[in-house]
Amino acid sequence: MAAGPMKMRATALGGVTDIRVLMAHPMETGQRKGPDGKIVPPHFIQNLTVKVNGATVVEAQISQAVSRNPVFSFRVKGGTKGDKVEVSWYDNQGEANRTEATVA
Amino acid sequence: MDNERRSLLKAAGAVTAVLVAGLLKPLTALAAWNKEAFGAKTPAAAMKGIGVADAAPSKDLVIDAPEIAENGAVVPIEIASAIAGTRSIAVLVDKNPFPLVGRFDFSGGALPFVKLNVKIGETSDVRVIAEAGGKHYVATKNIKVTIGGCGG
Repeated sequence: MAAGPMKMRATALGGVTDIRVLMAHPMETGQRKGPDGKIVPPHFIQNLTVKVNGATVVEAQISQAVSRNPVFSFRVKGGTKGDKVEVSWYDNQGEANRTEATVA
Repeated sequence: MDNERRSLLKAAGAVTAVLVAGLLKPLTALAAWNKEAFGAKTPAAAMKGIGVADAAPSKDLVIDAPEIAENGAVVPIEIASAIAGTRSIAVLVDKNPFPLVGRFDFSGGALPFVKLNVKIGETSDVRVIAEAGGKHYVATKNIKVTIGGCGG
């Protein structure tokens, strides 16, 4: 399975913006054997960046131990409707993706 | 005939080299992935890799996760720190082949909070380390796994 699209939702509630993001990604550990009996090579997201209105708020490095099709929640103080949230990732095979959402 | 084959192979080799160089480029442009810490096979080595010498246990670091995970491939873990000035949160699963799961650095208005799903191979302690004001704080929670997370 190749890396695929992302989904994101950002909601402002009680002075805190809740960001939920889903990334379609196999997150192969490199420990699993495929149907042909050969080890499936590791393929996982390594770097993750969350920006609000262009400013970085979360910068993460993650490993193959994050579940397949990762889902993350983050919280940012403040934020109003219309703020732009951007999430991007890079994986160990050089693939990358990004998505944008508007705070609702 | 034979010559043609040689040059074809050479050309193919050159193309591969270009492709590999292209693939590696975006990675080097980023903040590096901490290979040493993520490649560590023990929690102690992983902690050393992210610069944690000793961490004080803290009740202000809260791990919300199930006590028994029926499916180790997807274990939801929610982490929140009430320690003032928390700048980063690292997550380790002690008994995984590579214990370090991730490290989250917070800046700007980000709250020291993260929720994610992790793979847990066998019943293990989940260890969370927060950094605040140059000091490290730790909380652990034991999670029992009835089906492993590494079989796919």
